[in-house]
Amino acid sequence: MYPADLKYTKEHEWIKLEGEKGRVGITHHAQEALGDVVFVELPKVGRRLQQMETFGVVESVKAVSDLYSPASGEVVEVNSALEAKPEMVNNECYGAGWMILVKLVDPKELGKLMDAKGYEAYLASEGGH
Amino acid sequence: MRYIPNTNADCREMLEAIGVRSAEELFADIPAAVRLKRPLRIPPALAEVELGRHLRELAGKNADADRYSSFLGAGCYNHFSPAIINHLVLRGEFLTSYTPYQPEISQGTLQALFEYQSLICLLSGMDVSNASMYEGASATAEAILMAQRITGRNEVIVARAVHPEYRQVGRTYTAQIGITFKEIPFTEEGVTDASSARKTLSDRTACLVVQSPNFFGGIEDLAPLAEASHAAGALLVVCVCEPISLGILKPPGESGADIVTGEGQALGTGLNYGGPALGFFATREQFVRHMPGRLVGQTADREGRTGYVLTLATREQHIRREKATSNICTSESLIALMATIYLVSMGPRGLREVALTNLRKTAYAKERLGKVRGFGLRFAGPTFNEFVLKSKKKPSAILAHLLRRQIVGGLELGRFYPELSDCLLVCTTEQNSREEIDALAKALGGVR
Repeated sequence: MYPADLKYTKEHEWIKLEGEKGRVGITHHAQEALGDVVFVELPKVGRRLQQMETFGVVESVKAVSDLYSPASGEVVEVNSALEAKPEMVNNECYGAGWMILVKLVDPKELGKLMDAKGYEAYLASEGGH
Repeated sequence: MRYIPNTNADCREMLEAIGVRSAEELFADIPAAVRLKRPLRIPPALAEVELGRHLRELAGKNADADRYSSFLGAGCYNHFSPAIINHLVLRGEFLTSYTPYQPEISQGTLQALFEYQSLICLLSGMDVSNASMYEGASATAEAILMAQRITGRNEVIVARAVHPEYRQVGRTYTAQIGITFKEIPFTEEGVTDASSARKTLSDRTACLVVQSPNFFGGIEDLAPLAEASHAAGALLVVCVCEPISLGILKPPGESGADIVTGEGQALGTGLNYGGPALGFFATREQFVRHMPGRLVGQTADREGRTGYVLTLATREQHIRREKATSNICTSESLIALMATIYLVSMGPRGLREVALTNLRKTAYAKERLGKVRGFGLRFAGPTFNEFVLKSKKKPSAILAHLLRRQIVGGLELGRFYPELSDCLLVCTTEQNSREEIDALAKALGGVR
C-alpha cells in the first residue's frame, strides 16, 4: 500500500525520484478518504513551486482538497489524462494516477519527508487523519 | 414549505419542554443595556377593511404603468406578463419552496430550474448557465471576478455604454481587492468601438465588459470586440439588460462572448417598482468550475430514471469556504420560474414576434419624435427598443410637462452622462400603443 521506493508528506502526497526529477501523486490513504475523484486541477507547465506549496486541487464527490508539492522545483509535465479519467487517482494512485513531474531544485529536500515505514506509523498515530 | 404560526399554547409547550420560563430568557446573552425594554411602537392593528383602504391609498400615489403611459426603460422594461405566469407561481408548492438541497423532495423545483438554465443557454449561445443570481448588476460584477480568477489578471475594461449603475456595482465589487477599473468611450454612433478597446486592452486585462443592446439602446458589434479581447488574452463579458432582444439578435456566444450575464426582469416578470429582479449568468463548458451560483444538473438514478440535483457544489462556500467562487448562497428561483414560464409559453416564435413588435414600435417612435420641432435623434445607429432623443428644451422640464399629462417620458441622461445633459433616453415596447406614441409626440410639441 505504501511502496518503499517513495517518500511521503504529512498531507498524503508521494514523490518518486526519477534522476533530477520527482513524480508526484497522492497516497492510497488519501484517495480512499476522498472517495470517488471527479476532478483534478493541475498547474500549468512552467510553474515554479516551493516545498509544501499548494500546486492544485483534487475534487471528489464530497470534498475538495489542496495538493501540496513534496519538493521545490519547476513543473515540467502534468498528467493531462486525468482530465478525462480522474478515477485513475483512485484506481492507480501510484501509477497512471500520477499528477505532476517536477524538475527538482535540490533532491536533498526529500530528506525532510517520511519514508514508507515512517508514513505508515504516521497514519497509525494520527488515526489516519 | 408550510408557514404556520405558533399559537401561544404551542409556545408554552415548547418553553416547558426546554425548561425556560419565557422567550425573553432566551435572549439573556444580549447585554441588558442594549435590549429593548418596552413593546415596539407600532400603530394598533387595522381591520381587514381599513387595511385594504389604507394600502390602496398608498398605492394610489404611484404613477404606475397601468395608469400612466410609460416610456421609461434604462434597465427595467415594461413588457406584458401573460396571466399563466401568476397562475402557476402563486401555487404554494412554488411560492414557498426553499432551496432544493434535498433532491429527493425537490424534483419539481430542480427540473424547473434545469429548464430555466437550458433556456438561458439557448438565448445566450453558451454551454452552461447557473440557476440565477440576484440581478444583472451583481451578475456582471461576478463575471468580472470570475474573469480575474481564470486569467490571473487584475485589470478590467468596461464600456461607458454599459448601464451606469452596473458599472458602479462593478467598482464596488472590485474596489478592495486590487482590481483596476478602466472605461472606454462610446462613439458618435452611440456604440463601443473595437479600436478604443484595442488601445486599452493589454496583457494585464482580465476582461472587457460590454452591454448589448447598450444603455442607449444601441446594438453593439460583438465579434470585433471578442477578437480584440482574445488577441490580448482577455475574456469578453457581454451583459444583456433587455433579453427580449435575444428574440431576434444573434446569441452573444456565437459572436465570441466568454461569459454572458444579464437581467431577466424583461421576461414577463413585471416592473414591480424595480424588483425583485433576476440575474442570469452563462459561460463556456471549460469555465464551469469557476462559475458562481447554484447549478442544477441532470442525471439518472439507480433505476435509470431521469433526476435532477444541485451539482458542482465544490464551487460554493459551504464546501470550499474562502476559496469558493462567490459568497452567493441563494438564487432568484421564483423569478427564474416566472421567466421560464414566459419563455415556454411564448416559444421561440412568440419571443421573436414580441422582439419584432418592440423594434417596429421604436422605429415608429423614432420617426415621429425625431420630427417634433426642437427634438432630434442623438445617435444614428441601429437600436432595439430604446433610443436617445436630444432636445433644445431642458429634459427635466420636458419630463415634468409629460408627467402632468400622465406620461412617464423616459430618463434624463444628464444624471449619468454630462455630455448628454440635453438628452432623454426613451423606450417603447409592445405595451405602448400607436395612440400613446402619437400622444407623446403631441405632448412634446407643446413643451415650452
